[in-house]
Amino acid sequence: MTRKQTLVVIGNGMVGQHFIASLMESTARDHFDVVTFCEESRPAYDRVHLSAYFTGKTAQDLSLVPDGFFESHGITLHLGDKAVEIDRVAKRVTSANGIVVDYDKLVLATGSYPFVPPVPGHDRPHCLVYRTLDDLDAIRASAQASRIGAVVGGGLLGLEAAKALRDLGLETHVVEFAPRLMTVQLDDGGGAMLKRKIEALGVKAHLNKNTSLIDDGASARHRMNFADGEHLETDLILFSAGIRPRDDIARASGLDVGPRGGIVIDNHCRTSDADIYAIGECALWNGQIFGLVAPGYTMARCVVAHLSDQEHAFTGADMSTKLKLMGVDVASIGDAQARAPGALIYTYQDGRAEVYKRLVVSADNQRLLGAVLVGDAADYGTLLQYCLNGIELPEQPEALILPATSESDQPIGLGADALPASATVCSCYSVSKGDICAAIADGCNTVPALKTTTKAGTGCGGCAALVKSVLDCELKKAGVEVNNDLCEHFPHTRQDLFNLIRIDGIKTFDALIEKHGRGLGCDVCKQAVGSMLASQWNDYILETAHIGLQDTNDTFLANMQKDGSYSVVPRVPGGEITPDGLIAIGQVAKKYGLYTKITGGQRVDLFGARVEQLPAIWGELIAAGFESGHAYGKALRTVKSCVGSTWCRYGVDDSVGLAIELENRYKGLRAPHKIKFAVSGCTRECAEAQGKDIGVIATEGGWNLYVCGNGGMKPRHADLFATSLDKATLIRYIDRVLMFYIRTADRLQRTSVWMDNLEGGLAYLKAVVIADKLGMADELERQMAHVVDTYQCEWKTTLEDDNKLKRFRHFVNSDQPDDHIVFVEERGQIRPASPQERKHFRLIEEVA
Amino acid sequence: MNRWIDVCGVDDLQPDSGVCAQVAGHQVAMFHLPKLDAVYSLDNFDPIAQANVLSRGMVGDLGGEPMVASPMYKQHYNLKTGVCFEDASVRLTTYRLRIADHRVWLQVDEHGVPVAMPIATP
Ligand code: SRM
Ligand SMILES: Cc1cc2nc3c(=O)[nH]c(=O)nc-3n(C[C@H](O)[C@H](O)[C@H](O)COP(=O)(O)OP(=O)(O)OC[C@H]3O[C@@H](n4cnc5c(N)ncnc54)[C@H](O)[C@@H]3O)c2cc1C
Ligand code: SF4
Ligand code: FES
Repeated sequence: MTRKQTLVVIGNGMVGQHFIASLMESTARDHFDVVTFCEESRPAYDRVHLSAYFTGKTAQDLSLVPDGFFESHGITLHLGDKAVEIDRVAKRVTSANGIVVDYDKLVLATGSYPFVPPVPGHDRPHCLVYRTLDDLDAIRASAQASRIGAVVGGGLLGLEAAKALRDLGLETHVVEFAPRLMTVQLDDGGGAMLKRKIEALGVKAHLNKNTSLIDDGASARHRMNFADGEHLETDLILFSAGIRPRDDIARASGLDVGPRGGIVIDNHCRTSDADIYAIGECALWNGQIFGLVAPGYTMARCVVAHLSDQEHAFTGADMSTKLKLMGVDVASIGDAQARAPGALIYTYQDGRAEVYKRLVVSADNQRLLGAVLVGDAADYGTLLQYCLNGIELPEQPEALILPATSESDQPIGLGADALPASATVCSCYSVSKGDICAAIADGCNTVPALKTTTKAGTGCGGCAALVKSVLDCELKKAGVEVNNDLCEHFPHTRQDLFNLIRIDGIKTFDALIEKHGRGLGCDVCKQAVGSMLASQWNDYILETAHIGLQDTNDTFLANMQKDGSYSVVPRVPGGEITPDGLIAIGQVAKKYGLYTKITGGQRVDLFGARVEQLPAIWGELIAAGFESGHAYGKALRTVKSCVGSTWCRYGVDDSVGLAIELENRYKGLRAPHKIKFAVSGCTRECAEAQGKDIGVIATEGGWNLYVCGNGGMKPRHADLFATSLDKATLIRYIDRVLMFYIRTADRLQRTSVWMDNLEGGLAYLKAVVIADKLGMADELERQMAHVVDTYQCEWKTTLEDDNKLKRFRHFVNSDQPDDHIVFVEERGQIRPASPQERKHFRLIEEVA
Repeated sequence: MNRWIDVCGVDDLQPDSGVCAQVAGHQVAMFHLPKLDAVYSLDNFDPIAQANVLSRGMVGDLGGEPMVASPMYKQHYNLKTGVCFEDASVRLTTYRLRIADHRVWLQVDEHGVPVAMPIATP
């Protein structure tokens, strides 16, 4: 057996790690001992999703290295150690910590560094960059001592950095040298639309600004002086003015580098030294640097192939991108700037919905060369496939970007079916449609399974929608039918049943099951139908015909606790409560000996009520002016608010007032699952509106509406739905979004999951709600108006009906309470006795 | 000697739902399913939740067998046999219940204690 060679990898970033991981999966693995130097304090992490570090992801979440990866593969990792010298004659690498390694093959994956323009003052404290997790820690620390932040550079990364500053609660500015944002990816029209959109989100963009000096500010830490004589005061400056390849160590060792930097490589990613490769952002191929992760990954796989004596050349890479900047969808494909001679251009612009789309088409009108999408990037996957695969365009290419005008006139998408097997679906992991079909044939019939098997969709995520449509299309072809029946009693989906109830005017469960179902029903279909009847007709839920449809919480209008006792939650709209209201709640709690707790929904929960006590307790609460809080129902729960402009020095609008209005409007609305709202008075977002089903944030321009957020088991950040709305429009949109959700969601599907499963996603929902694509907006509003107009406090109605009150007793033949409900005291209040404590009581009773 | 005692009026039962009666210190859940023209009775105590709550569960059928779903953790029990659909090793005691003269009658033994039905052998 021949001696193993030593392979040294300098840089354990995204591409360096992808290289090592691919090598470990190849046969070449057995020929090399691998040593890698990682300058950063952590091994490779997902830089693409770096910003998620500010929105809750931890360094651990972002890690790209599975636990025990280096150990189990016998790889030597020098963490926090930078390679400082390559001696090409001795074939030896030396590190800052003095480690010396002799190599047979060397891979440079040193990435790039953020370019900081040499403006005088650029090195003042609180002048930072955005590249590593350590940078983000520094930004977070600095933001705590800052009020205003400015990003230098209005490119892709600069805008992402601006979002981060805004999320950190800073007043945010973007300073751009060029006359438009995202110069590289967008044209003037797209850039202008993007500027309008981000300004609506409260980020100010300053174009044509050349910073000439940074010195002390008068009202903030720094003053940025611009060449045109103007200036901007800010506390924190983030440079995001482009990246430069890290080629210093290559340069020092005499490798060829480009005139403007970058380590020169050939089609096998070899540098001017045949034993040294360079991959990722430090490499210069054909005069080009690739600042995206997918080309870097392709380079990494080329080197693995070369080391395994396989032929696999690097032939350039597609630089198309799709991303969400501050909630705004932006995409750029191929020749977005229309550089090709004779190229034809098609543009579509919708000023109201703030959508801009542009197609660049070959002179013969046959092939798509490039595209720009701002505000709605739903067509990205389709357009990219046209562009990459040279698929012939329809006769009128503009149809690809024009909105459908009626329901029958669906936009001409490119069905997954139309793609050739060779079409690349996922560029991050070079997965073709053929690879995906093969995996499906092998039994992967869910998206998660496909992700695990093929890795498609696990990089930038841009291809996820396409992966799903390939899957759906293949499953359909294979005749696989997915059973979406509600349960064994109804051979229909929830959505179908909702339509049947509406169209046939069905008012009771019995009528529905007789006509469209079989058997007696069960807890699944009864609850679902009960909820649908309530959403559609809004009758009193304890009508005799409906009682059996309600879960115990709804039948007793209270939440059952672990010992069979109940909790009582009066509504406190917007979380605003008077001292008298607080006293009244306190008095009731005291009188009935209830445990009280402030909930996570800004109200008070009273626990430990026995079923027979509920009417008396509610009688007193209603007399004090309270209403049911519907804590028991799949219904509107709370509209959380922050204190807003009334008191808060940063408040932009009256968030409490709006929250109360919204809570009063939608209280009692029954839905597939519970619904939560929040309203914040400014972008500091103290009400956490972006974690709610419906979130509203005040901005200078009006209300921004967010939809489909979720806390709970699987948190989901809400999507920005519309910006700068006046109150009437805001309410109109909320009416429509909620009613559309109620009509089309599955049972027990929160809005977050509904959105994730909604075909066409956010763009589709916008089309339905804002552009009224289905022509049903009026009907949705009318239906909501009916629910709002027929609201009743269920507790009040119940207390007025002696017949209904009969049910509020534990025994049908005795007035005694349930003796199994036993409380003990803790911290001055009651709590249910533990099993041990119960035994103890029983002993005492028996002795007595 | 076993005998039948009058527990409550038929009007006290909730159609397609349950109520609970106290009989000689025992809590008995009673269900009325008008469509089957049947009444069923079993323990009110949910052994999985350790609470007296079964009478507040939702009723219906699973695979044609009448059932009640626990309101606490949603296990289903066969109203005829008391056997848990999710875990056949869990079984509630079932009792004899009948309707006559607009009253609801439960079978008890000489001490007035509800008589457990024998375990049905299929
Ligand atoms: C009381 C309260 C905890 C507290 O002491 O603070 C609470 C208590 C319960 N929550 Fe909650 N949740 C409470 C706020 C929350 C919040 C915070 C919020 O609303 O801002 C969340 C996360 C936000 C969200 O929903 O997106 C929350 C996420 C959940 C979930 C997970 C939902 C999800 O989509 O993943 C459940 C389970 C479910 O609904 O299926 C749940 C279920 C429950 C249940 C109903 C569990 C149960 O079936 O018994 C608890 C009943 C309490 C009762 O009897 O009153 N609770 N729960 C809070 C009542 C708020 C209110 O005033 O109405
Ligand atoms: C905020 C942000 C968002 C981005 N979003 C996207 C996106 O949406 N889509 C996309 O495709 N790309 C995106 N990118 C770009 C993407 O992250 C890079 O293309 C990718 O990380 C390049 O990988 P790399 O391994 O070449 O460089 P890096 O990931 O930078 O890794 C290089 C590593 O080498 C280390 N190193 C350098 N020199 C030495 C030395 N001498 N010794 C030891 N270690 C050394 C560095 O410290 C670094 O850890 C984004 C980048 C950022 C910063
Ligand atoms: S987090 Fe869990 S334990 Fe706490 S209130 Fe919510 S559901 Fe109950
Ligand atoms: S294209 Fe990036 S994950 Fe598939």
